[in-house]
Amino acid sequence: MRPTERQATARGGIELAGVTKRFGETVAVNNINLKIPAGSYCCLLGPSGCGKTTILRMIAGHESPTEGDVLIDNENVTGSPPVRRGTAMMFQSYALFPHLSCLDNVAFNLKVRGVDKAERHERALAMLDRVRMKAFADRLPAQLSGGQQQRIALARALITNPRVLLLDEPLSALDEFLRLQMRGELRRIQADVGITFVHVTHTQLEAIALADMVVVMDQGQIEQAASAREVYDRPRTGYVARFMGGQNVLSGTVVSRDAAMVTIDSGPKQVTLSAPSAGVTVGSKFEAAVRRDHVRLARADSQGAPAGPNAVTGRVAAIEYQGTWLKITLEEACGEEFVANLPDAVFFADPLAIGDAVIARWDPGELHFLSTAAKGALAGSAGSPLTEHSEMATAGGR
Amino acid sequence: MQRELGKRPWTFYVLAAFFALFVLFLYGPMSAIFVLSFQGPTGGLTFPMNGVSLRWFSALFSQERTGDFAGGFTRSIVLALLVLALTVAISVLAGLAFRRRFFGASFVFYLAVASLIMPGLLVGLGVGLTYQTLGLTASWFSSALGAQLTWTLPFGLLIMFAVLSRFNRAYEEAGRDLGASNWQIFWMVVVPILFPGMIAVALFGFTLSYDEFPRTILTVGAKNTLPLEIWGMTTNVTSPALYALGTVTTLVSFTVIIVALGSIAIIERRRTRGPISAPEGEPVRSDA
Repeated sequence: MRPTERQATARGGIELAGVTKRFGETVAVNNINLKIPAGSYCCLLGPSGCGKTTILRMIAGHESPTEGDVLIDNENVTGSPPVRRGTAMMFQSYALFPHLSCLDNVAFNLKVRGVDKAERHERALAMLDRVRMKAFADRLPAQLSGGQQQRIALARALITNPRVLLLDEPLSALDEFLRLQMRGELRRIQADVGITFVHVTHTQLEAIALADMVVVMDQGQIEQAASAREVYDRPRTGYVARFMGGQNVLSGTVVSRDAAMVTIDSGPKQVTLSAPSAGVTVGSKFEAAVRRDHVRLARADSQGAPAGPNAVTGRVAAIEYQGTWLKITLEEACGEEFVANLPDAVFFADPLAIGDAVIARWDPGELHFLSTAAKGALAGSAGSPLTEHSEMATAGGR
Repeated sequence: MQRELGKRPWTFYVLAAFFALFVLFLYGPMSAIFVLSFQGPTGGLTFPMNGVSLRWFSALFSQERTGDFAGGFTRSIVLALLVLALTVAISVLAGLAFRRRFFGASFVFYLAVASLIMPGLLVGLGVGLTYQTLGLTASWFSSALGAQLTWTLPFGLLIMFAVLSRFNRAYEEAGRDLGASNWQIFWMVVVPILFPGMIAVALFGFTLSYDEFPRTILTVGAKNTLPLEIWGMTTNVTSPALYALGTVTTLVSFTVIIVALGSIAIIERRRTRGPISAPEGEPVRSDA
């Protein structure tokens, strides 16, 4: 237990090379290439059934890839058992052994390795102390609350001295208050032990609050693997933008273009956007996103008036008060949901009501262009996700 | 449609009467036998009681009067313990095997549980005939043991299915994740967690064997188990010793059941006791 020594050389760099997993006819994970830097906190994010848990279990060695290799610290560990990989897993249900006390749960790994009783109890107590559960050593898991059980599960995993800790939806069983508290705790412990954490979640805010690196997945493929800010602020595709939230996606077929403007048919209306038109052809699909908090609303004189470039018209459909800001949902604006997040001071200076006609504008520089390329195109570029910047995103000029 | 408060529908009384009848049929004869087993020395097989004594209990152990009660009792207990051990071991292993969904699993399953609907007397007859054909001597610890297992194993397997359906595979994965070998996972994780279920299987194995009759009668050989001994006594013993025998065997069964169910309850309560408040010195947690 010498954290300083461990931090000296970051351990637990993970690489997935062409990994595919099939269960019978179903493809759970489809040809994934991913590098997770050593010592980072990585969140695998996606809806249920997107393959994120399967990836976690393949890194853990509880599932073997149909094709491809798993490397940890440049060592191919495909096919080797969990304990030889230097990974430890925290299960979604924690899977604490119900018949063993917290101390014996934490000492389990030492016991199967034949460490004598006095030493393993001493080391297990030290580990319990680290997760602030020393006073609960003699309790059985059923006598603990969810958050306490999680600490025991964490201690039980960390005592194996792993280089990678794998967490399967670790916070999903906790109530909202405790989830926020344990979230901070996980991050603190990760920084403390200095190993790689891979954390599976379906909660966007959890992922961006915790992770150095967020991997957004859909249908067995990686949609984007980048820093939390990159994924939230500059989503690569329309899928990522919609899944992460916080963005309005303007999507449609190009109807006309000139030197600096592209007009798309977004369903109910045409929207004209300031965009470099190089490479854009009439009739092709075009997608862009603008952050909800970068949208300004103004009252429109009449519903029929054209919005002009970099704006859409619509009616207020819903107003949600969120404390420091308000979520204003518009209808008849574009083909999908369009939302403006207004600071409370701005909103209450001239409060809108449901049914009001409004025009929503944004600065041309706030527009972010999305890739409409087919899935899997990212595979080759996932080499260094933390430093990678989407080349399409530079048009915004921020 | 507001029903008068406290007034019960007529169906309540019909069903309550039915239940009372059920209890009467179940415990009525048993309590009559229990009371009559304390019949006085000069009393007979029927009421009224002619005084109270323990005479018929002591008569049980004098072989000349009542047949070989002590021998039958010993054989039945030993046989029931053998059946218990084999039923638990085989049912647990078979239950674990069926989780793998091997080729032909459902066929093997139906083959195994078919003996639940097979008439016991025919199973016993078949086993007895087989022994005769092969020139083997039938006895309570070989042919009768086998015949009884055809009856207890399907029960044991069905109980294990129910137990294993609630067994989370993550426990085994956690064991593997923490470096345990398959052998260590089995003994240090699977067996302790399944232990209450194994007690239930053991209870079934023991009690089904202890009073087994149809499968045993044609396979037991020269020396009788207790139920067969009692059957023999009903034809030639005409004293309340028969009732004393009934009381003793029933008490044995009750003891076994109470011990088994009691230990399951103790283990389960230990494992599922709710959170208790934090000890002194720990920060009090809001979720406790």
